Amino acid sequence: MKTTYREAIRAALREALINDERVFLMGEDVGAYGGCFAVSLGLFEEFGPERIRDTPLSESAFVGAGIGAALGGMRPIVEIMTVNFSLLALDQIVNNAATLLHMSGGQFNVPIVIRTTTGAGRQLGAQHSHSLEGWFAHIPGLRILAPATLEDARGMLPTALQDPDPVLIFEHGSLYNAAGELDDDAGAVEIGHAAVRRAGTDVSLITYGGTLPVTLEAAATLAEEDIDAEVLDLRTLRPLDEAAVLATVAKTHRAVVVDEGWRSGSLSAEVSARITESAFYDLDAPVLRVCSAEVPVPYAKQLELEALPSAARIAIAARQVVGARG
Amino acid sequence: MAGYRSKTGTAGAADRSPEAGRRRELLREMLRVRRLEERCVELYSEAKIRGFLHVYIGEEAVAAGVMSALAPEDAVVATYREHGHALLRGVPAGAILAEMYGKVEGCCRGRGGSMHLFDADTRFYGGNAIVAGGLPLAVGLALADKLSGRSRVTACFFGEGAAAEGEFHESLNLAALWNLPVLFCCENNLYAMGTALARSQSQTDLALKAASYEIPSWAVDGMDVLEVEGAARRAADGIRGGSGPHFLELRTYRFRAHSMFDPERYRDKAEVARWTERDPLLLLRTLLESSGQLDAADWEAMEREVDAEMAEAVRFAEAGTPEPADQLLRFVYSTPVQP
Repeated sequence: MKTTYREAIRAALREALINDERVFLMGEDVGAYGGCFAVSLGLFEEFGPERIRDTPLSESAFVGAGIGAALGGMRPIVEIMTVNFSLLALDQIVNNAATLLHMSGGQFNVPIVIRTTTGAGRQLGAQHSHSLEGWFAHIPGLRILAPATLEDARGMLPTALQDPDPVLIFEHGSLYNAAGELDDDAGAVEIGHAAVRRAGTDVSLITYGGTLPVTLEAAATLAEEDIDAEVLDLRTLRPLDEAAVLATVAKTHRAVVVDEGWRSGSLSAEVSARITESAFYDLDAPVLRVCSAEVPVPYAKQLELEALPSAARIAIAARQVVGARG
Repeated sequence: MAGYRSKTGTAGAADRSPEAGRRRELLREMLRVRRLEERCVELYSEAKIRGFLHVYIGEEAVAAGVMSALAPEDAVVATYREHGHALLRGVPAGAILAEMYGKVEGCCRGRGGSMHLFDADTRFYGGNAIVAGGLPLAVGLALADKLSGRSRVTACFFGEGAAAEGEFHESLNLAALWNLPVLFCCENNLYAMGTALARSQSQTDLALKAASYEIPSWAVDGMDVLEVEGAARRAADGIRGGSGPHFLELRTYRFRAHSMFDPERYRDKAEVARWTERDPLLLLRTLLESSGQLDAADWEAMEREVDAEMAEAVRFAEAGTPEPADQLLRFVYSTPVQP
């Protein structure tokens, strides 16, 4: 069937609400408004205000309440409107959700799912456009997902809901309108592994989430130049599928990491370091990175575009590492 | 010879009515906390336990009074000054001390320490060392109860310092808005670490803050355990009756330093002395003795039994096993994960 990323997430939410009475959705404007990005549109009418629960603008309290409800046996899905707003709930995510299992010596697990929108590309300026998922991927105790495809938009949520531990799902805002074909029986997907989205032999382009489309675009451009790029979609940012990263590097001997986060202290730095630590002798060229420019994301369209990883910049980096061929 | 007296007590001259027995039980509970905390201070001085240590001496009436109003199915969320709450909720003293020793036998297998005691059996959800960080959890536990149609109370303890945090206001608003069964217990001991309430909050009437969220709230003499118990019962009954969250401001005082590192430059000795005259154990003991509900033999037996309990707890902790270092990565995820 023809669908969109937004509709795929909505279908996953709807299925979860139907299948498990412990599931409820909570967040700012998820109900009567239909969701800031219209992901939950229609669910309020179908499931009512108890299960599609509009919250006050109290990120810390409603995320913490989600954690408490999870402790109390529910399966809450908490929506934080954008990743920038998640900073108002960092205490609850980092000090409680991520630590309670450990601090309690294994007595209390926290089966909460937190969804939020991440990333730039919509001229929303610096307080609605950042890519902070790499920060969260720093935190032991959390599982961090970044669906980049319709299948993952549809299938990661049900798997996350089965997880006994806190899962954060980062939905890139530029993907909501992505349209395509999805199997009628599409459902839960596994979340333990990265996925090769395009097989190739000359260079590995390693990315996730919102930059998968531009990375595939770069790979298509490179193909016209007879450079056969492999595109690896990390899918899960914590725990990282290190084996998949090392496997693609072992195959191509060259890697470019593409990450919409800033380069300094980023997830791309972590991926690059893992390659250096464990696949150094497989490399024929230094690992390169294509990240966002180190500025708060600006409003003006031409400035914003200049700040973000583009297919052109990815292709340049790929040519550079391939050019390093001995 | 006075002889050994059982917990309920049958001998002696004092009043043996159920009401008198219940009051003696409150005294015993406060004494258990006092003696546990005294042991903690000794053991800290001996370097047997480490980290930050915050003792509850002086504030025992608050936990004793509130806990006696709770049922086993209720939940408790507390702060980093929570040894007493854990003990009176039913966590064995030995498991509490073993936790501070960092032993496998500790209630959190040595992962939490003094500030992070947890116990699933008694629905004791910490042990939260972020001021006001426990309030949203309590709201969520209560939300789960409401959504599941269960009639349970979640008691949430926090200090008056928490009332300056955003999470306090967000949580009270949410609990009131959604009519959730939370008993907010504000332990007002007048100081957020060393900062006096009047130096940090423009409105020092804490019950009034709660009332502004349409939450039934009242201030209680937190040194009088009978007052605390009565207020907690009224509030818990209201919550169970479906009237939503309630708020108690429990006016109390910490006799000891904030932690073991506090030189107490911010308050004078005369103030501490004034408050110690209202020691909650002394107040209740005096009342019971003067009303013929406690005799000397009762008190001696109580002390002997509590001392024995704490001695056994120390022995248990000492005899415990350090968690092997190869177990370090357990309990980060429910199933082993390679990061």
